[in-house]
Amino acid sequence: MAEPAIDIENLTKDYPYGFLQLKKRRSLEGLTMQVQSGEVFGFLGPNGAGKSTTIKLLMRLIFPTAGSARILGRPISDISMHGDIGYLPEQPYFYDYLTAAEVLDYFARFHDFTATERSERVQRMLKKVGLESAGRIQLRKYSKGMLQRVGLAQAILHDPAVVVLDEPMSGLDPVGRREVRDIILELKKQGKTVLFSTHILSDAEMLCDRVGVIVGGKLQGVGAPSELVGLKAQGMEILFELPTSATGVGELLAQATRTGNRYRLQVEESGLYAAMERLSAAGAKILSVTQVKPSLEEYFMHLVEADRAQASAVEVRAK
Amino acid sequence: MTRIGTVALNTFREAVRDRVLYNLVFFALVMMASAILVGQISIDIEQIVIVSLGLSAISIMGLLISVFIGVGLVSKEIDKRTLYALLAKPLRRWEFILGKFAGLALTLTVNTAAMAAGLFLALFYVKHSIERADTAVLVAVYFILLKLALVVALAMLFSCFTTPLLAILFTAGLYIAGLFVHEMRALQGGLIDPAFRRLLQWISYLLPNFENFDVMGAAAHGRAIPGALIAQNTVYAALYCAIVLAVAAAIFSQRNLK
Amino acid sequence: MSAKGHIALLLFVLLGFAGVWRLQQRIDVQQRLVESEDDQVMLRSSKLVKSLSLEYAPLMADIYWTRVVQYFGNKHSGKQVDLRLLWPLLDVTSVLDPHLMPVYHMGSMFLSDAAPRGAGRPDLAVELLERGLKANPEEWRLYYDLGYVYYFDMKDYPKASAAFYEGSKNPRALLWMKTLAAKIAAEGGSTETSNFLWQDVYNTANDPLVKENALKHLQLLRAQEDCKQIDAAADEYQKRFGRRPVRMSELVQSGLLRGEPVDALGYPYVLSEDGKAETNPQSPLKEKQFTAAPGK
Repeated sequence: MAEPAIDIENLTKDYPYGFLQLKKRRSLEGLTMQVQSGEVFGFLGPNGAGKSTTIKLLMRLIFPTAGSARILGRPISDISMHGDIGYLPEQPYFYDYLTAAEVLDYFARFHDFTATERSERVQRMLKKVGLESAGRIQLRKYSKGMLQRVGLAQAILHDPAVVVLDEPMSGLDPVGRREVRDIILELKKQGKTVLFSTHILSDAEMLCDRVGVIVGGKLQGVGAPSELVGLKAQGMEILFELPTSATGVGELLAQATRTGNRYRLQVEESGLYAAMERLSAAGAKILSVTQVKPSLEEYFMHLVEADRAQASAVEVRAK
Repeated sequence: MTRIGTVALNTFREAVRDRVLYNLVFFALVMMASAILVGQISIDIEQIVIVSLGLSAISIMGLLISVFIGVGLVSKEIDKRTLYALLAKPLRRWEFILGKFAGLALTLTVNTAAMAAGLFLALFYVKHSIERADTAVLVAVYFILLKLALVVALAMLFSCFTTPLLAILFTAGLYIAGLFVHEMRALQGGLIDPAFRRLLQWISYLLPNFENFDVMGAAAHGRAIPGALIAQNTVYAALYCAIVLAVAAAIFSQRNLK
Repeated sequence: MSAKGHIALLLFVLLGFAGVWRLQQRIDVQQRLVESEDDQVMLRSSKLVKSLSLEYAPLMADIYWTRVVQYFGNKHSGKQVDLRLLWPLLDVTSVLDPHLMPVYHMGSMFLSDAAPRGAGRPDLAVELLERGLKANPEEWRLYYDLGYVYYFDMKDYPKASAAFYEGSKNPRALLWMKTLAAKIAAEGGSTETSNFLWQDVYNTANDPLVKENALKHLQLLRAQEDCKQIDAAADEYQKRFGRRPVRMSELVQSGLLRGEPVDALGYPYVLSEDGKAETNPQSPLKEKQFTAAPGK
């Protein structure tokens, strides 16, 4: 197998706190994870789980207590490798006395572009994130969503092989989120590797090839969204309308949920056709038949609750 | 190298767009104007008064900028988190420190030059001529600039590991201590334990001695300043700045950003 | 940062400070060349300094006073005569803080003492003290100092008497000031009075400089007294033997003196060519004698 674009091994981070900084809080424990080249990887977890910590460790903003990581085959201590990485920080903030064009130009200067290349790229990026008209306004006048877009622009301006986005959807309205999703898909099409963290599960389900779920500083599961929640479907759901005169389907109705005239009935896959025959014989109008899958959200909540139960058990023991 | 230059020029741009800078320069110009007025009241010593007041104003204004903005160079970027995206670029942490320093040094140079020009204008207005002896004033201004560079380096060092407020206090404190090095060394009398006196003397040699840069007396009276002193002060400032910045870069390179 | 990096940094810092040390010494040499004492009194206009100091005037006064002490201390031990700047320094200091008492006490002493010990300007000392009295009318010690200056340096006995009298009016003043005022008014200058005054200074002074000064004056007075007595003996010798004595030993042998008299520092007195007693040329008191006026 080819070398992973991002290779994390046993990454651990303790934060000292308290009087004289003697106590330690472990915000990340033994994270081992790989992101393959060309895939879109979603990093999921509740707030404070360690997503941002991991990303900051990767970007060398903070230093690990233990463990190591490599990006594009080089250790993260090699800063020159940052020329191939794009990073969007969480809730980005840039020099508010500069305009968007100036900020992008400033960041672009750290890469090897000629002056014409640089200005051309800046213009292209502004257009791409929809800030073309606002390019000459100072950032102090920008809304949160606009700042997010500037952040995204500076992350991909230099055409990096790996793009790391920390909560890229935060602060955006649905239109903005749609645009970001489109950009991520476009990056994927260009063969780039994308790692992004989020707690919006529907985005993850839609975009990611694989996700990693982190809760309480520990990695709980990694895999394609469908893998994680179990390939096994839990059956079929029939949506139907029933005229009041229907008979002979009493026990089926008892299992169904009713909203006005409509009923939803869950049955095993094996018993689907039998149920449908009975319903149509009773005069029901079948509106739709869909597969019932557990969602990522359920999987997620299950993990979060498990972690909380474990944490409180530890507390009980400690008392 | 160009990375350091990029950071430096951006720092300079920030200072220029920061309206606070303009106010300070304006205030200094007001000082010059009052110097002219004062010069007219005390006859025969206009030169002395204008040069002394002018140099003092340049020094004080410069110090305010050096301390307050110097401390903010690093702390502002950390607090406002503008640093995050920046450090994700192929920019090493020590390059960032040097770039910030160079940017503020450039700002101070421009600022000081402007005020010095004002000072010479005031001098010309009063004396109606500029003599060769007035080059001493130019040297005095250069020395002030060297002093300010050292203060900036110290401000950056402290801001790398303490809060902005403490950094300001420490830097100011070190500056004031550096003014009394002479007194520290000239302590006479058997009132002090000789071992302690020797220790004080040692410390007095290692502390940044800002008195080295004080030639206001010579400048005011138009006495020439020896070239040896100019060379030595330049090397002193460069060397001391190098030490301070190296330590600052080392500390900053290991700092976990919140 | 690796261990190697740490060591490299430490080496750099240590070497750097070594360089700083060497440089600093060279710079000190250069700075001494550049400095001039005129700079100490950059702004001689006391009004200007006061207006510039704003509310920090008392602090500035302290700083100026420190300079005065250093200045006088340096000159004093350096045996230089040039005390031109003393008055401007004291002038500015007293304007900056009119209530700084050491300025008047010690300043007047430095000013009024004849060269080479002091600046030899008793008139300025009087001006300084009068300025002090205007600002601090309750400070009877200033009358005391004033009396000194008039008595010793200006030999103005009426004014000296008046000063001591004025000072004695303050209930906290020294008890003898009134009597002394009367004595001076009656007799003018006398060795007894002089001795008394200097003894008082010597007993009450805290500052070593002041004490030393008073001691020298006492020694001089004693020398004068001794010389007077030796002269009386010499006169007696002349009466008996018809000529002035040539050597001190003659006086001793003739029984007119009990032993070879020595001054306070242990140097024996000598007789001059015309048979008058003098302090030994090798005695440190000798140089003072030329500047000390009779009756001092």
